[in-house]
Formats: sequence, structure tokens, C-alpha cells
Amino acid sequence: MSLTLTAMTDSTVTGGQQQRSGSGQMSRPSRGPYISVITNRTTNLVIRGTMLFSVGVFLALVLNLLQVQRNVTLFPPDVISSIFSSAWWVPPCCGTASAMIGLLYPCIDSRLGEPHKFKREWSSVMRCVAVFVGINHASAKVDFANNVQLSLTLAALSIGLWWTFDRSRSGFGLGIGIALLATLATQLLVYNGVFQYTSPDFLYIRSWLPCIFFAGVITMGNIGRQLALYEYKVVQEKTHQD
Amino acid sequence: MTLRERLREKISAAFYHHGLLCASYPVPIILFTSASILTCCYPLLRLPLPGTGPVEFTTGVRDYTVPSHEPQGDLGERPDWYRGPPVAYIQQVLVKAAVSPWDSSLVPVDVFRSPLGRVFSLLEEIRNHVHSDSTGVRSLEALCLQVTDLLPGLRRMQSVLPEHGCLLVSPGNYWQNQRELFDSDPDPLKTIQKHEPKGLHTSATLRDLLFGVPGKHTGVSHYNRKRVVTYTITVVLVSYDTRFLGSLRSRLKQLHPSANCSLRDDHMVHVHFKEEIGIAELIPLVTTYIILFAYIYFSTRKIDMVKSKWGLALAAVVTVLSSLLMSVGLCTLFGLTPTLNGGEIFPYLVVVIGLENVLVLTKSVVSTPVDLEVKLRIAQGLSNESWSIMKNMATELCIILIGYFTLVPAIQEFCLFAVVGLVSDFFLQMFFFTTVLSIDIRRMELADLNRRLPAEAGLPPPKPGPLRPREAPPPPRPSPHTITLQTPAFRNLRLPKRLRVVYFLARTRLAQRIIMVGTVIWIGILVYTDPAGLRTYLAAQVSEQSPLGDSGGGGLPPHLGVAPVFHAGDPTSTLSVLPAPEPTPLPENQSQGHHGSAGAGPRPQVPPAVPQITWGAEDEEGWRRLSFRHWPSLFSYYNITLAKRYISILPVIPVTLHLSPQEAIETRHPQDTRHPPPPIPKVSADLQTDLTLYKVAALGLAAGVLLVLLLFCLYRVLCPRNYGQNGVAHGRRRRGDLPCDDYGYSPPVSEISPLLLRGHSMDIECLASDGMLLASCCLAGQIRVWDAQTGDCLTVIPNHGVFMTQTDEGDLLRRRSVPARPTLFTDQPDLTPLIDTNFTCQPPSHLATPPRGGFDFGGLVEPDRASTAGTQATADWDSSVWAMELRGNLIAAGRSSGKLELWDAVEGSLRCSNEDGVSGITALAFLNNRIVAARLNGSLDFFTVEINKPLGLLQYRGAPGRGSMPPSPCYSSEDVISCQLTRSVQCAHQKPITVLRAAAGRVVTGSQDHTVRVYRLEDSCCLFTLQGHSGGITAIYIDQTMVLASGGQDGAICLWDVLTGSRVSHVYGHRGDVTSLVCTTSCVISSGLDDLICIWDRSTGIKLYSIQQEVGCGASLGVISESLLVTGGQGCVSFWDLNFGDLLQTVYLGQSSDGQGVRQLLVLDNAAIVCDFGSELSLVYVPSVLEKLD
Repeated sequence: MSLTLTAMTDSTVTGGQQQRSGSGQMSRPSRGPYISVITNRTTNLVIRGTMLFSVGVFLALVLNLLQVQRNVTLFPPDVISSIFSSAWWVPPCCGTASAMIGLLYPCIDSRLGEPHKFKREWSSVMRCVAVFVGINHASAKVDFANNVQLSLTLAALSIGLWWTFDRSRSGFGLGIGIALLATLATQLLVYNGVFQYTSPDFLYIRSWLPCIFFAGVITMGNIGRQLALYEYKVVQEKTHQD
Repeated sequence: MTLRERLREKISAAFYHHGLLCASYPVPIILFTSASILTCCYPLLRLPLPGTGPVEFTTGVRDYTVPSHEPQGDLGERPDWYRGPPVAYIQQVLVKAAVSPWDSSLVPVDVFRSPLGRVFSLLEEIRNHVHSDSTGVRSLEALCLQVTDLLPGLRRMQSVLPEHGCLLVSPGNYWQNQRELFDSDPDPLKTIQKHEPKGLHTSATLRDLLFGVPGKHTGVSHYNRKRVVTYTITVVLVSYDTRFLGSLRSRLKQLHPSANCSLRDDHMVHVHFKEEIGIAELIPLVTTYIILFAYIYFSTRKIDMVKSKWGLALAAVVTVLSSLLMSVGLCTLFGLTPTLNGGEIFPYLVVVIGLENVLVLTKSVVSTPVDLEVKLRIAQGLSNESWSIMKNMATELCIILIGYFTLVPAIQEFCLFAVVGLVSDFFLQMFFFTTVLSIDIRRMELADLNRRLPAEAGLPPPKPGPLRPREAPPPPRPSPHTITLQTPAFRNLRLPKRLRVVYFLARTRLAQRIIMVGTVIWIGILVYTDPAGLRTYLAAQVSEQSPLGDSGGGGLPPHLGVAPVFHAGDPTSTLSVLPAPEPTPLPENQSQGHHGSAGAGPRPQVPPAVPQITWGAEDEEGWRRLSFRHWPSLFSYYNITLAKRYISILPVIPVTLHLSPQEAIETRHPQDTRHPPPPIPKVSADLQTDLTLYKVAALGLAAGVLLVLLLFCLYRVLCPRNYGQNGVAHGRRRRGDLPCDDYGYSPPVSEISPLLLRGHSMDIECLASDGMLLASCCLAGQIRVWDAQTGDCLTVIPNHGVFMTQTDEGDLLRRRSVPARPTLFTDQPDLTPLIDTNFTCQPPSHLATPPRGGFDFGGLVEPDRASTAGTQATADWDSSVWAMELRGNLIAAGRSSGKLELWDAVEGSLRCSNEDGVSGITALAFLNNRIVAARLNGSLDFFTVEINKPLGLLQYRGAPGRGSMPPSPCYSSEDVISCQLTRSVQCAHQKPITVLRAAAGRVVTGSQDHTVRVYRLEDSCCLFTLQGHSGGITAIYIDQTMVLASGGQDGAICLWDVLTGSRVSHVYGHRGDVTSLVCTTSCVISSGLDDLICIWDRSTGIKLYSIQQEVGCGASLGVISESLLVTGGQGCVSFWDLNFGDLLQTVYLGQSSDGQGVRQLLVLDNAAIVCDFGSELSLVYVPSVLEKLD
């Protein structure tokens, strides 16, 4: 039916409005043959993946900046290089991980058959992201007496984040699992000398890292679920039609 | 548990009373709240503004001791940063040198060459100064700040700035502190200039750093009127040694006495630097703010169903912001000064406090029954949400309390702020926001009342009282049709003035613009106060400009004759030292002589011969004229940060140098005389700073213009709609008044011309279609059958028993033995001869062909047909048709007398009738071979249409394309049709049935008794009784996918699962009745008496958006395709894009626009729309859809 809309818009609307009809075609898939359902689904997946990837890259850059901020000199010779002060592979890795997590969450929700109904709205998602950035901020900027205190505080904050914005058992389990995996991966990377932390206190890494990972997983899952809500509707109407 | 419930009850009651209070006295409460906000914010005035430059603290030199780390309570005025030793002590040796007397034989280069040359000997002196006393021997090496490498990024400064040694900077650094290099330098100015950064610079330059005075004051230029060269030798010391410094000072003064120097040297200034905010730090900050704004945007977007969204959103934001300010103010009042960076934690505080409560409150209040009094609504809404609000608040307080016990100072402070902020936010919500909400609701109800008073004038007013009138429901409406048949004139009212003001505000996006302007101003302030930003630069520029003006203005003349004062001893000199062993060569006679000769010389235009070296108050703290980034930048080159630390600047040591012309000439470089500077560069050199300023201004202006142009282009590209422009000729929709088309989008001249079907004499009441044919019935009782493709009138069934055929085509059609698609024939009217032959082939079982142009058969035909049909069907002409359905060739008409008639649509003959019921038929459903009739008394009758087909099987008329309805059997004229009552469900509802829909083998009825019932069509078995509405059911939608939606008089829309009978979602969407409901596969569209069209998400029940229609718009809706919605309006139909809620086109049905509303609207299978338009029918094709069907 988007053809209808396009034709309608084309026939009735003067120049300069074409992009509306184009976007209409893209965003609202039409009911049609089964093939288009599949293509729509994959495009949807790709779009969601891309969005999650970009969000992950952006957050990685910004949060990394927060971490290195302490050492930023007053006159950085070139500011741009300080943004990309870490290795080039860190943001893409974070982006890929966040895309995977963001796609995994709604997938597991649908597998378990318990759609996530808790606070499904963008304002809540924004709040979640803000709290996540705040946790990072705290870990980077607040002076704690010792590392145990820092880690405990961050762990409490992360659990609070989950309780406030997620409250699903699957989310918790997935968060814990991915956080442990990521910590392990970081340990391995550091052990092999790819990079290192300035003051490791937990084997080779910082002890707050799992908490940050957990909070990040919850946040990305939240975003992914919210994005999937759009596709969910589409699929639902498909099942109705079929 | 009981305690909890008791508590809950108490809280609820308290909130109820509070809501009553707020809604009763809005103005005093708002005044009280504003006063308390201002009171709490008052302490904020004492706080220093963030982002100011470095702060200073002056102490005496004599009793100076390094401050201890421990805070000392006794010194009141001592700032809290003044603890511990400073990063460094700065000792500046301020050198003023001049060649005196000035000789006419000297070239401009001589002004600075030899004075600069003296820096090397001074450096030697300072470096080699050793103070020895009883405590030991001290040299500069032991005391000065030892620096290591420069930062890696500063390789180009490596040759100039010292490394691996004392941090001692002077102009001599340009020549590696080597006299030989300086002497062999052909052009010192060029050397100095070489190291200047290209382009604009905002921080201290190398020249400033080395000379220690602002570039303009050095006097190192070819064009120097005063012929005094000023520079400093800056020594950075790591520890303070009074004796060493004292001996250095006296030594230098002894060597180079400054005659009239009255500089005070008893004060040292400690300068504390704030933390720098670089771009690297700004990015996370900006990110958090972006997230914050997104959060606020997404939150306030949910405010709905209120009079002014913007007002309430603003109130919500004001509530949160002022609660934050109150918390900071209260904390300051009780002596807790914020040490955290306010800008950084602010977004997190907002997020913690949140806008949720405010939104919950709004939603709860607007979903209370609209017919209550305002204060009762407020009170009820408050008490409904009281428990959750209190619970949330308790949880948050608990969390924050836990955070307080982390014992980390920063987190504790944050928690303290958050607690006070939460409490004050609760206070503001309860008093400020609730009151604003009550005002808003009252305004909305007033506007609503103004608009709807005429429409509901006939109804008795709802019973006032705090109780929801569930026990006393509104009186039943006499008939569902009279409600929608209000005369359009009643509904066509002017909007009240207040409403228009609001719409004006909404149209011009005033609030949005104010917010934008506010943001721009805020960004401007940020840029201005940013230490690396504009202000520094401006300050630097201004400080460079102003003394220049002074010196140029009146610096010289008054001192012209004061030359002898130089030798009048130094009474003001505080240190009496030994006479200089090697006094500065200042031959007074020579000087005087030269002065005399110059005065008596033949060139009176010669500038003053003796350059004046004066010491003024401005030299005392000459570093003040430097950019306040001077010291941080000097230290940052060695990776030493001054952020949050301080340095101590010791009083300067003045050094006066007088050089003889001979000396100047001796030190000349051979090339110096060769290129006397051209006169033009002199002027330009003088105006250099001015020019930079102008350049900056011009560049800024150009950039601004470019930015504006770019934004304009972006705006044109992205927002091509011509905002605010009126439509061309057809301004019947009052564009200015309505937000629904406040885009001002005027559709182009319509290509879609509606086809008007004229013939009825009175307003059309019923409209039915099966895709091919179209049946309409007017108030006069006349039924007409039209071809839905061409719009030809096929049959007329008048109400007085007169059967009439319009054309012979229609006549021919009814004689076909094989029912063909009538479209084929009517599309080609020139096939008449062919059909004629067909006709002649038919067995002459019928009456003779009527003459062309219509003929009144009179009572002749009717009895005949009745007898041939074999049924005792007689039409009831006295009662009016209340409901009509059309399937195949049969029209089912339900009459007010309770009679059900089946007419042949093509022939216009009555095929059968049933008079089993006596109560009027209010609604009909015709599915397959069953007819369901709902009667006024609440009973539901199921009829079966039986066809005794003599010739053979039923012939199915394949519905072309994507028929949403099953193929309906086509009845030929030979069949004997009987209609039998199979089952009658008495008392299906307690009240009259208002709506009846059938689809997918289900019959759904809605009634005034607030319930919806679902029946199975085959066995007329009642499957479910769906309860959930608190008002009569006014609209039902059911389709093949078993989606059932119902809307009621309470403005609620319920979605049901037909298979289980459970309620899927329940939303309040309208103020007043829901008049129409349509579903697409993804959304539910509803229209209400409030002229609002709401689009809901079907799976979640979330409102996607709503369209405010013109007052008195028809409530008819239709969905043409998944994304194309059509609505009926005043004399027009409008097409909307469902994805965006945009108005695509408005098609005007007639020339006259005298308020003929479109009340019924049918979407045909071929994507044509048929709607009633007074006494006419209007057939509108959507051309592109037709093309697609082909």
C-alpha cells in the first residue's frame, strides 16, 4: 500500500516533498507477498544493528574520553587525537558488542515468550542511558578511598540500574553472563599485552570493570528492546495476516 | 497487610483533600509556591558564578610563611585554597631600558637592539648571584624550579624554552641566551616574529611568555615613540628564601638603580587557578546534556489530553528545575557550600528526580471521568496515584540513603542534594504542578463547554456530585441516529478567543522558539565564560588596547622637562644600598648637552630627545596585564598543571637601564642601517592589534552570515512546507485556527473531482454497499441503488410504493438470466443494441419494456411481482428505514416498525419481508445468508435467507481482487427467496442496541447498557459478554482477523481478544463519545465528539498521535489502505497519511460550503469512497489506487 501512498503523495503534492513519501515507504512496510516480509525483517534487523552499533561507538568514544580525561593536558597539541586517544579497535569492538547485545535481548525475550513490558518508552530508555553515563562518570571522577569501595558502589549502582529499568530475570542473567565474558576477554587481552591499565587491582584489570560491563549490557539491552518494539508490531501484524 | 491498607487509605484520603484544596484556591497557592521558591533560591545569590577566572589573595612579604596544609579557622578572609606551598614562586625582574639621550644619527633599530643586548649581562648576574651567610651558600640553581623535557608536542619551542634546568625565561631565550647569536642576528624583530603562532591565538604567545609583558608594551618595534624598551626576566622558584631574594634584589638595584621608582615591594600575590575545561572535557558534558534534553523531550511528549501541552510541559520542567535550585539554595542556607562541579552533576540530578511523577499525575487526572467537577477530578486523580507516588518516593529516598552511607564525600554530597531536591520536588509537584494542572483542566472544560453546549443542549445535565454516576447512567438516547444527525449549523461555531490564542501560540511555535532562544543564549554564555573561549581573548585584546590609548594620549608631554629629576637622588628608594661600584654610565653633562643641542638643533620635529623611563603603579603588578592563561600555559609546557593550585607572585625587581648612543651604535649589526623601515609598516605595526580585532570581527560576521545562510538552506530543504501561508482559493477549512493544518499546507488544485450522485430529495440516512452496488436511503424513505463504479442510478425504490426504473440499461440488467457484472455494461453504454438482442432472446416472462427515460409503473407492477414471487410480501410504507444492508443483489432494510424487508437491488422489487418483530430495527448485519437485526428493545433476531433456486446452484459472484468479505451469493430474479427468523434472542441487552457488526462468523453488539456481546453467527450462541466500558457503546470495529475494538460514551476504547473474551487494552482517548473506530493492521483509529482523531498502536495501546479536527467535523472515518486514512469534514473529505499524520489532500464535495457535514463514509473495494453530502451522495475515486488495481 505504500505504493498507494507514494502515488498519492506524488500526484497531490508539489515538489520538494518527495523525501516524505520515500521515508514512508521505508518505515512502514506494506502487507504483501511473503518475500517482502523476509526482506523487511532483515532490513529491519540491519537498521537496528546499525543504530545500536553507532550508539555503542559513540558511547565508547565519550566514555573513554571520560576515563582519559584526568590526564588531558591543558594544551593538548591536537584535541581530536585525544578523542581517539585509545586504540582504534576499541570503539568498533564496543559498537559490535552493543549491536549484538541489543539484538540478543529482544530475541531472547521472544524465545522465552515473555515480552518485556516494564517501562517500554523512550523517556525511560533515555533515563537509563543517563544513569549509565553517570556511573561511568562516577567511576572516572569521584575520588574513592579505596578500590573495594569504588567497586562495591558501582556494583550497587549497576544493580539499581537493572532494578529501575529492567527487572527481568533474563536481562539480569544475560547481563551477568556477558559482563563475566567481557571481563574474561579483557583479562586475556591485558595478559597478552595488548594494552594495560594504569593501576590494576584485580588480576590485571580494574575491579570495577565487570560492574561497568553489566550496566552497559543492561543499557544496550534496554535500547535494543525499545528499537525492537517497532519490529515487533510489524511481525505481529504479519502473523495476523498469515 | 491491614496496616498497609490503612496507610494506603490514609494517604489516598490526604491526597484527595489536598487535590480539593489545590483546585479550589489556585491563585493563592501558586503565589505561595512562587514565594517559597524565591525564598529558597535567595541564598544562591551569594554563590560565586561558575566559570570565573583565577582568584587572588594578597599577603605581606615580611611575615610570609608557607601556609600549612591544615585548615586554620582563625583567619577569616583566608581562602580555602590557600593551603600548602604554592606550585612555584614567580620572581620577575622588570627591565626598562632606553638609549638616552637619543641621537639623531640613530636608526630605529637602535631603540631595542642595545637594550635587548643588555639582557644577557643581567642574566649572567642573576644566574651567578650567590648569597652566602651563616646558614650557608645559596645560589639560584638550588632554589629555582628545575624543569625537565618539554611536552612532546612542542618540539618547535625546544630551541627557545629552557629544558633540563632552571625555569628562567627572558627575551634572551630567543638567542639561546648567547650574546654572540644576538649580535650576529641581522634582524631581531624577525627572530621574535618567527616564533609567533600563525593565525589567531587565544592564549598566551611565546612572545608574551618570554618578554613577560604584553606584546604592545615591550616597545620592541621599529616604531616606538617612547623609545623605552620593557621586558622582564622571569625566574620561577620552587622555594622561598627571603635572604637570597633580598640580596638579589638589592644587588640588582645597586647595579641598575631605578631613580624615580616608587614600586611597593611588600606584597606578594597568590593566584589560584580554577580547573580548566577543555574540549575533551566538554564532550562528555555535552553528551550528558543531550541525553538530558532527549529525556525531557520524550517525557513531556507524553503529556496529552490537556488544554495546552506546552504549558504543562513547561510547568513540569519548571517544577524540576526550581526544585533543584531550591535544593542548592537550602543547602547553601544551612552552610553546605557545593564543591562539586554544578554543571556536571546537574543532568544526573534531573534524571534522578525525574519528570515521571508529574506525568503520572497528569495522566491520572485526565483519565478521570470528564463529567465530574474540576476539583473533584483533580482530587480523584491525585488520590488514585497517591500510593504509587509515595511508594516511588520512599524507594528513591531509600536508595539515596544507601548512597549516603558509601562515605565517599562526592557521593554523599550528591545524595544530600538529591534528597533535598526530591523533597522540594515533591512539594512543588503537590502545590505548584497540581494547581497548574487544575487551572489547565478548568480552562479545557470551559472551552469544551463552549463548544459542546449547543450539541448537548437537548440532554439533561449530568448529575453533579462526587460520585461517578454509574448508578445513574445518562438517559438513553432515543435512537443512535438522531445523535449524529445534529444539524451542521449547530456545530459550526466560531472558536472561542482563548482557544484561538492558544492555537496561535501553537502555530507560531512560540514556546519552542523561546526555548531555542534560551538555548542559544545559554550556549553563548557557555562560550563566553569558557576559559579557553571568547572572554579570554576579548579580555586580552582589551587589556592590550587600553594602555596603548593612554600612553598615546598624554603620556609624554607632562614629563618633558623632568629629566633632571633622574639625578635628584632616590629618596623614595626603600633600600639604601652601597654606592654602585660601577654606576650605570649616565653622563649627565652629556645628556644635558645633547638635550640642549637637540633643542637648539635645526630640526624641531625631532621627538623628545631623552626617552623617559617612568615607573608607575601599573608596573607594580605588570603581570596583571597579561592574559590569565599566561602562567598556566607556561607551566603546561612542562606538563605541570595549575588547575586547582596556586602560584605566588613576588614583587617585581625594577631595573632601569640607560644606554649611551655610543653603546647603541657599537652594538649595531651592519645590516641594521641598511633597511630603515618603510613608513607604512610603521603605521601598520601600530595598528596591528587593531587589525586583528577587526579581522576577528569581520571573520565572525562572515561566519555568522554563512551560518545563517546554511541554516536557512537546511530549513528550506528539510521543511519544504510553506508554514503559515494560506491556501489558495479554497480556504474553507479555517487554516489559521486549527493546529491540524497549522503546517499551512495547502493542497494543490484538486485532481480528484468527486462524482455527485443526485436524486434524493432529503438528507441521506442510510448507506450500504457491497462493492459493486451502492444503496442509499434518505429521510423520505426513498431507496436508490447506484452503480458504485460509474455512479449511475440503477434503481429507485420510492417510499410510496412506486417502482421506477431510470434507464433501459437498468431495465435490461434486471432481465439478464446470467448475472454479469453490471460494471461491464454500464461502462459501455453504447452496447445497447447488443443487449437489446439479448433481451429479445429472453423468455417473455416479464412485463414489457418500459419506454426510455423512465416510466411510472404505478401500482401495476407491485402486486404482479408479489404474486409471481409467491410470497406475501407487502412493503410497509408508513415507517421509515432505520437500517439497511446490501449483499449480492439483495437490500435488507430494517424499518422502524420492526419489519425486515428484502429488496432486489437491481429490479427494485420486494422479494420478501418478515414482520416477526415489533420493535424498530436499529441495526442490521448481513453476512453470507444470514441477517442479524438488532431492535430497539434490546433483542437480537437472527434470520436466514433461504433461496429456492429453480435453475440450479447459486452462482457466486467472485468479488474482484482482494475482497475483504466472503463472496456473497448472487440471487437471480427467478429465485424464490424466503427470510425466516431462526432465532430471536430476547433481552440480548438491557438497553437499546446501538451498534451491530458482523465479521468472521461473529456478530458483535454494543448497547447502551455498557456491554458488548459476541455471538456466533451459525448458531446464534452468545459467546461472551464483554464488560469494561463505563458508558454506552457507540462504536465497534471487528474485522476478518478477529480484532474487536469498542468505543463508548465514556471516551474509552477497549481492545478485546475475540477468541478468549479478554480485554487486551483499555485507553481513554476522547472527551466525550467515541463516534467511530477503524483498525488497520498496526493501529486503531478513533474519532470522538471532541473532534479529535486519535491513532493508537494496536499492540501496545499507546497513543501514537492525534489530529485535532475542525469543530463540527464529521465523525466518519475510513481506511483506504494501510497508510491512507480518509475522514469526512464540513463539505469535504480529507486524506491523511497515517504514518505521519499529515494531511495529504482535502477534496471539496460541492461548491457550496454551507456546513453540510459528511456523516457517513464508506470505503469501497475499488478504493473509491462514497459519502453522504446532504441529499447527495458523493463518489470520490482515489486515482492512484485505481491504477494499482489495474
